[in-house]
Amino acid sequence: MLAFLEIGLGHYLTLAAVVFTIGVFGIFLNRKNVIIILMSIELMLLAVNINLIAFSAFLNDLVGQIFALFVLTVAAGEAAIGLAIIVVYFRNRGTIEVEDINLMKG
Amino acid sequence: MSMANPHDYATAAPEIFLALAAMALLMLGVFRGNRSTRLLCWLAVASFAVALAIILQAPAVRSVSFAGMYVADSFTAFVKAMVLIASAAGLIMSMGYIREEGMARFEYPVLFVLATLGMLMMISANDLMAMYMGIELQSLALYVIAAFQRDSLRSTEAGLKYFVLGALSSGMLLYGCSLIYGFTGATGFDAIATAMQGKEHAGIGLIVGIVFLCAGLAFKVSAVPFHMWTPDVYEGAPTPVTAFFAVAPKIAALALFMRVLIAPFLAISADWQQIIIFISIASMLLGAFAAIWQDNIKRLMAYSSIGHVGFALIGLAAGSAEGVRGVLVYLAIYLAMNVGTFACILCMRRKTGMVEGISDLAGLSKSNPMMALALAIFMFSMAGIPPLGGFFGKFYIFIAAVNAELYTLAVIGVLASVVGAFYYLRIIKVMYFDEPGEPFEGPMSVEMRAIIGLCGIFVVFFAFYTAPFIASAEIAATALVP
Repeated sequence: MLAFLEIGLGHYLTLAAVVFTIGVFGIFLNRKNVIIILMSIELMLLAVNINLIAFSAFLNDLVGQIFALFVLTVAAGEAAIGLAIIVVYFRNRGTIEVEDINLMKG
Repeated sequence: MSMANPHDYATAAPEIFLALAAMALLMLGVFRGNRSTRLLCWLAVASFAVALAIILQAPAVRSVSFAGMYVADSFTAFVKAMVLIASAAGLIMSMGYIREEGMARFEYPVLFVLATLGMLMMISANDLMAMYMGIELQSLALYVIAAFQRDSLRSTEAGLKYFVLGALSSGMLLYGCSLIYGFTGATGFDAIATAMQGKEHAGIGLIVGIVFLCAGLAFKVSAVPFHMWTPDVYEGAPTPVTAFFAVAPKIAALALFMRVLIAPFLAISADWQQIIIFISIASMLLGAFAAIWQDNIKRLMAYSSIGHVGFALIGLAAGSAEGVRGVLVYLAIYLAMNVGTFACILCMRRKTGMVEGISDLAGLSKSNPMMALALAIFMFSMAGIPPLGGFFGKFYIFIAAVNAELYTLAVIGVLASVVGAFYYLRIIKVMYFDEPGEPFEGPMSVEMRAIIGLCGIFVVFFAFYTAPFIASAEIAATALVP
């Protein structure tokens, strides 16, 4: 087995960093649909979970996995509330395109 | 690790009580329907009062429970008392408004109780996991409250924006937590502090983690450069909700900010101090300059609150017991000033509905002299003019900064508060010297008068009970920074 092919902590952290960055950019660069923002948020949380579980495995410590379980649970709740707010918004506005969310200019 | 024992439950007694109260109120609401909203509001206020009583009668010793995840000491007691008072005031101010605007549904007080429960959990958190759960319980309830006026486009848009940016900030905070866990091997604040012992500087991984954590928390306290959501959400959300947002979550998040940086990372304070100094200066300047051009009073209050957070963060940058004491005093006065101001804003009602323009206040001194006087007092206090409360808040913050040798920060703070005085004084000028417009409707309700009166008395007479107040803030601060 070649040494550089062995998957170490660094690889997991890099993967998580890449996924997290995709999530953040998905929120800021996306001009189309709010649902994509929800997916991006989910990506960010999944990146965190990869981090937590990789650390947990390499530290031989269970706390990281427990943390990941909490994150999963809260992510589900967050998605539910986000969708509910989007539904209420859609009823008032008739669209959920990001460009149209501009009643107040910040 | 053992099962939770009775001592654990005693440490978390106020939170357990509020959780049970929220569930009981929810059941009551489900069975009695929306006509019981007013009753539920008062019951929620009563449960805040009971939780406050539980906190005040608890012994003032540090008690850690649930395997080190949860802490109660004088610091948490002081901040929790402020949060409970702010939540109760916010709910009392809401009652008239939600009835008039046709949003008096029974979930409203229940969500207030749940959000407050989340805040208390944040304040007592002694572990990254407990911190995250507290923040999320608070945030999830607040997203819904912001969008509570569900027929209003502005309210739902505010809720949507708050949700998206709040979720983003939670993600950054969590990413920071995961890195901190990975590079220290622990999530408990005490365990991390042990791992930090004897270190002068953190490794690069830990620094990145702390930066992400600070970014997430800066979102929650709406400090520059993570403030973009604040003006929009404050303007769009129903006014009593804005009043609530401007006070209780800010106090809780600032308390958490202080604990999460000081309790585990005091040893490497040189590393995080520069981050705090930067966001503090940026917030003070933006709060001072951006508010000048606002003509919507809710938007103006949003920029004003960004500026106030900047001032409060000076105390955290000092990283000393004196600095924490300054922040606590500042937050208490900020609470009184903001609750009072928003109570006045909630009385700006004409026949056509609520008005929010600063120009609508024109000639208020003639049509409603008492309200004009109260608003003038709050504005003078926010500008930091002695002998009002706001002056003492800033004074103790600046003293802490000077004693920590942060001279630049103190000087910029004083300059920013001079610039900020401009727009506070402009409101007074509009009320007292402009041609009167159409007067506001009807007499103010008893609750509003009581809230404005109490806040006014607290702010005006602060000079007379400064000593005992500072003493209790001092005890609270030394519980956090030994």
